[in-house]
Amino acid sequence: MAQERKFKIGKPILEVNNISLSFGGVKAITDTSFNVLEHEVRAIIGPNGAGKSSMLNCINGIYKPQQGTVSFRGQQIPNITPNIMAQMGLSRTFQNLALFKRMSVLDNILVGRKLHTKTNFLEVAFQLPKVKKEEKINRDRSEEIISFLEIEDIKDTPVGKLPYGLQKKVELGRALATDSSVILLDEPMAGMNVEEKRDMCRFILKVNDELGTTMVLIEHDMGVVMDISDRVVVLDYGKVIGDGTPDEVRSNQKVIDAYLGVEH
Amino acid sequence: MMKPVFMTYTKKDLINLAVCMVLSVLVIPSFITTEYWYTSILIPWLCLALATIGQQIVMGYTGQLALGAAGFMAAGAFAMFNLILRVPDLGFVGSLIVSGLIAAAFGILFGLPSLKVRGIYLMVATLASQFFIIWMIDKFGWFKNYDSSGIITAQDIVILGKPFTTPLAMYFVCLAVTTILTLLAMNMARGSTGRNWMAVRDMDIAAESMGVSLLRTKVQAFAISAFYCGVAGALFAFCYLKSLEPVAFDIKLSFKILFMCILGGLGTINGAFIGAAFILLFPVLLNAIGNNVFHGAIDATIISSIEQVIFGGLMIIFMIYEPLGMAKLWENIKQKWKTKYPNMNIKNLTSSIGKKS
Repeated sequence: MAQERKFKIGKPILEVNNISLSFGGVKAITDTSFNVLEHEVRAIIGPNGAGKSSMLNCINGIYKPQQGTVSFRGQQIPNITPNIMAQMGLSRTFQNLALFKRMSVLDNILVGRKLHTKTNFLEVAFQLPKVKKEEKINRDRSEEIISFLEIEDIKDTPVGKLPYGLQKKVELGRALATDSSVILLDEPMAGMNVEEKRDMCRFILKVNDELGTTMVLIEHDMGVVMDISDRVVVLDYGKVIGDGTPDEVRSNQKVIDAYLGVEH
Repeated sequence: MMKPVFMTYTKKDLINLAVCMVLSVLVIPSFITTEYWYTSILIPWLCLALATIGQQIVMGYTGQLALGAAGFMAAGAFAMFNLILRVPDLGFVGSLIVSGLIAAAFGILFGLPSLKVRGIYLMVATLASQFFIIWMIDKFGWFKNYDSSGIITAQDIVILGKPFTTPLAMYFVCLAVTTILTLLAMNMARGSTGRNWMAVRDMDIAAESMGVSLLRTKVQAFAISAFYCGVAGALFAFCYLKSLEPVAFDIKLSFKILFMCILGGLGTINGAFIGAAFILLFPVLLNAIGNNVFHGAIDATIISSIEQVIFGGLMIIFMIYEPLGMAKLWENIKQKWKTKYPNMNIKNLTSSIGKKS
């Protein structure tokens, strides 16, 4: 990470302020705040049940936190829904894969181009020239992403038939197709073998490096997290117990106690 | 995937289309001269296939379990009757389009529950459309022009001053409308519209996270579906039944369309035609067997019971072995044929209409 970056880490693009979320009596997140800077790779780590996925779901608007706010580019968003966040330029992948199983890889990625599709159904039905133009732009961009992710040979396969590792890649591709400025990745490397993990890391860094996309990722594999992220926030029992560069987090006693499991 | 050569169509699609057009416009009219084929098989087949495309859009593509196609068909049929009666200036084609739009308005209204409930619960909610529309037509005499007999004769079809009253002429009217609407449905299904539908069907949360609005997509699918059913209903009443009675659009017809949709293959346009053909022709075939093989030894009521039994059995068999229906079965047969005879080019000729790429 020492070399000069094309996209310098900038101001906070995403801010999470004092979020609390509970399901009935169970508190998933308690008064949690952190921020994400533009163009950085930010990791959220923590033991199982620490509230990491719930956090992403709050940011993305799938869950409605009882307290707290989410700001995007300095602007507080009052009624967060996944749709509004997508329009603001925030895309995501899901922990247990949420692909469109009966559609081909290419079609899945094309759905990611939805916000760049302005034609309505009547124009599509009559195949007006502007539909063809727009479709071509979207297809070209999707093909670009497919070759970027090196999945050309499976692009016409229905996603449901692909192995897990490839499905994760397709999901990243779909998030990329939105041309979002922030991508939330929920355990992008879960269930992958070492080689696939290395590949996925390479893609995440490449996207961040070449497109300047801000990446927020949840990951279990500590080695991976420490290698690729600029800053790490550590959650435990729904609270932030550490926040900083990988080195700072590594030497934080609370984090060591809670997560790294060092004997003492 | 093959490169499209014209609009979204590949060369294969265009050949398929040409074959279907030659068959339906030239071959069928010159070889089939008995009226029975037009009035009892081809015309209802086209009408019901069109309604099944409507059902496909909402159920096969958007994944919303809706049951009430016949209700929308009734809305379209009675709208058509009233438009021709009260707004004669619209003409047949204009009335047909407006009837479709009126049905689409009902589609939007009864599609709204889909935002809150799904699956079997939605099916129950959409049943309301079936009963409400039929009840409304029965309750308010205005819709039937205060006709007390219960059955109203449909007006004659007149397009640009020319009457279309012979079975062959009516067949061509149905064929033209069905062909145009099928092509439009294919364009939508293959384009961004269809991708949104399927995204909502396969994983709605992810679709929403990609910026697909669930509200708009579902309501749109219901509206388009009801439009197709409405137009189909109008044609069904004017070309096939030649009369208008709410009873003709009862829940049984809705189920029939549902079966056509499932047996034909969910999420396919050609499946709508295959499914409709099967469900329409099967009873005819059974009757023919009853008459010709057993020479009437089997009672007609028994034959119609056997028909129900076989339908039920087939539904179960398809659900278990080929949930994607006859369109998929056909696809598999072609695939086998292709691997067996890789150099044969006949597949182009045997491919069915409206194949989804």
